[in-house]
Amino acid sequence: MRIVASILLACLSLALVAEPVAAQTTLKVVMHSGLRVVDPVLTTAYITRNHGYMIYDTLFAQDETFKIQPQMVKSWSVSPDKLTYTFTLRDGLRWHDGQPVTSEDCIASITRWGSRDSMGQKLMDYTKELKPVDQKTFQLVLKSPYGLVLESLGKPSSNVPFMMPKRFAATPGDKGLTPADQIGSGPFKFVQAEFQPGIKALYVKNPDYQPRSEQASWASGGKVVRVDRVEWVNMPDHQTAVNALIAGEIDYMEAPPHDLYPVLEKAPGVKMQVINKLGSQGMLRFNHLHPPFSNPKIRQAVALAVNQEDYMKAWITNARYRRTCWAMFVCNTPLATDAGSDDLMRGNIEKAKALLKEAGYDGTTVVLMHPTDVYTIATYPLVTAQALRRIGMNVEVQAMDWQTLVGRRAKQEPVAQGGWNMFHTNWVAQDIMNPIANAGVNAKGAKGGWFGWPADPQIEDLRDQFARETDTAKQKKLAADIQKRAYEIHAYLPLGEYVVAVAYRDALVGVLDGPAPFLWNIEKKK
Amino acid sequence: MRLYAFIAKRLLATIPVMGVVAVVVFLMLRLAPGDPAAVLAGDVASPEDVKRIRIALGLNQPIHTQFVIWIGRLFRGDLGTSIISNVPVTQMIQQRLEPTLALATTTILFAVVVAVPLGVLAAWWQGTWVDRAVMAFSVIGFSVPVFVLGYLYIFSFAINLRWLPVQGYVSVSQGLGPFLHRLILPTLTLSVLYIALIARITRASVLEVLGEDYIRTAQAKGVRNRRLLIRHALANAAVPIVTVIGLGIALLIGGVVVTESVFNLPGLGRLTVDAVLARDYPIIQGLILIFSGVYVLLNLVIDITYTLLDPRIRY
Repeated sequence: MRIVASILLACLSLALVAEPVAAQTTLKVVMHSGLRVVDPVLTTAYITRNHGYMIYDTLFAQDETFKIQPQMVKSWSVSPDKLTYTFTLRDGLRWHDGQPVTSEDCIASITRWGSRDSMGQKLMDYTKELKPVDQKTFQLVLKSPYGLVLESLGKPSSNVPFMMPKRFAATPGDKGLTPADQIGSGPFKFVQAEFQPGIKALYVKNPDYQPRSEQASWASGGKVVRVDRVEWVNMPDHQTAVNALIAGEIDYMEAPPHDLYPVLEKAPGVKMQVINKLGSQGMLRFNHLHPPFSNPKIRQAVALAVNQEDYMKAWITNARYRRTCWAMFVCNTPLATDAGSDDLMRGNIEKAKALLKEAGYDGTTVVLMHPTDVYTIATYPLVTAQALRRIGMNVEVQAMDWQTLVGRRAKQEPVAQGGWNMFHTNWVAQDIMNPIANAGVNAKGAKGGWFGWPADPQIEDLRDQFARETDTAKQKKLAADIQKRAYEIHAYLPLGEYVVAVAYRDALVGVLDGPAPFLWNIEKKK
Repeated sequence: MRLYAFIAKRLLATIPVMGVVAVVVFLMLRLAPGDPAAVLAGDVASPEDVKRIRIALGLNQPIHTQFVIWIGRLFRGDLGTSIISNVPVTQMIQQRLEPTLALATTTILFAVVVAVPLGVLAAWWQGTWVDRAVMAFSVIGFSVPVFVLGYLYIFSFAINLRWLPVQGYVSVSQGLGPFLHRLILPTLTLSVLYIALIARITRASVLEVLGEDYIRTAQAKGVRNRRLLIRHALANAAVPIVTVIGLGIALLIGGVVVTESVFNLPGLGRLTVDAVLARDYPIIQGLILIFSGVYVLLNLVIDITYTLLDPRIRY
């Protein structure tokens, strides 16, 4: 027994030895998930987008007033016929390996991004050629005027057109870059040796980065790094991450769940901040290919039956963090409008019942995919199922994990052959703020459309007009027309909007607002 | 010589076992719902994007072609590369091995050091309050979910008292102090279940042995209690205890996902769950092959240990 006691005492003594204090300032951050895919062009995953913002830079970036500002670009001009854009890079831009950033690098990066991203693909459709003029200047020549050139190059969310060296950007867009290829020109450098997929990613300050002189605003302006290292630690358990933040073991938590907000709000030394004021939008998506939702009247009946208020209340109790909103292109944005929403999504059960009867609903079972592992989506299918049952529809809620849903939603076959009728998801506002980026109003149908595959030539024509239009007032009118038509065919149903607060220790100063968690500008006081 | 022949025979027998595991795991993964290309592409990607990535990854090829490619690599000692992170599977497993082995070692050591004496004492004082206390602890140990215990410890020792950290792992290469500092709470949490299990088995085995004639003879000859318990009772009761400890180690290698999550330990359990959720086939296949190998080898070690503990057992 004495031996055991001695061993335990020795262990305890060792345990109480304090860990060495790092001389450098390290920001310990828990992001919303672990970084696994490092190629921000291959995947649209937000965690990879966030990684991209750490190590890469962009030619343009959107500021908090939705204006597109030059970032890597020093100056740019458009020819009078609006067909040739000429861009000149800032002086002194260098990759993390010391090589200068060239126009060839940027052309290869735009081309790769344009092969993957929806707005990039549209831009490439209108592009005749991208050609270098000299080491720091290049031109984008269009086939016909296109209204979203700068909006595309300054796109704030997935996929962001990050610039990378030509030797990596030459990789096909559907073939992923490896951790060894993570060389950008951004404010932080990726430390490959410390990377543990899904566990930890380490970034160090890029001493050669030359921030712009303007104040940081969203992804634009001066990206001034005020810490030496940033360590992303993945914690799969939210409660553990919250405990670690309260205990001061981490400095910043990107996405604490809403049900833990009361704990964080009361915790000493912890601050909360909604960095993306526009938030996210919930989406109910019909499968337009198969009964019963191939029938537009049945879709309309569902749109009348459901109630936005119910969806948000089901999982966010604090009204400060949720709002109803019928604007498909997000409330409080330049293209926000409630055109076409009329009496939809306000829980009009009697009207919905009558319409369902008129539509000749034959009792076909609706298969509703229910991802139980994503708490921000998990309640939506249950709320929908309740509304559908109230109007007399037969509903089968099939529980599954999100990745099963993601695999299954790609199936265009009928339900009997593994297909589906309805699913729900969320969109970060910046991904759906215009009709080209918003996949929900893509109406190309089974070929070229987004999951659910609504087909409507009128919407596609309007989207083309929107893309060509260079006058913002006319763009706004076209966006309203697109939304009106999208509501007429019930392309999808917005379920309301919510915001997420980041939580951080009060030693941090300068936490920026933005569509993604930007970690420059943050100072860690001793 | 017969023991060596036994070991050689058992090692050879692992080859068909691993072969069957490889085929079954490969087929089950391909037949299960989900698509790694869709995971890789992300939520916003279009169906066409997903299709292109599937082709780039070779996932559109017939299953038998994919199997032949995988087996061919396996024979060359290559477990493949993660579909999701583009990192070699062996590298990912190596990164996760140390925390898993560390937690398994500290847990099993602590559990044995605590549970075996408790079990012996409970058997010796059968029916007394000592016995009842040990059995009550055992029932609680089995009943309380690991995550509840974990949160209770965190709340008490990390949040309130601030004696220990909430979470995380520090490699032993960065110092024994920080290494043990981080492992105390997970070890205490996880070992409760194993203490309950081992104490119960120890008690039952020792009780059985205490009823034997040779124990009565030893008592009649005046052997002191401590020697009687350790040298005569425990030694003869050791076989089932070793079996339980061996199986406990095997479970600890890959089955402590909850503890790893609650204390944020980057172990193999979390790697397995993450890989399953992301449908990262090469990692799942590699891990299950390794886990099955560990099970086979641990069983072999347990069988060999029997011969050391009980000279009557021969192979």
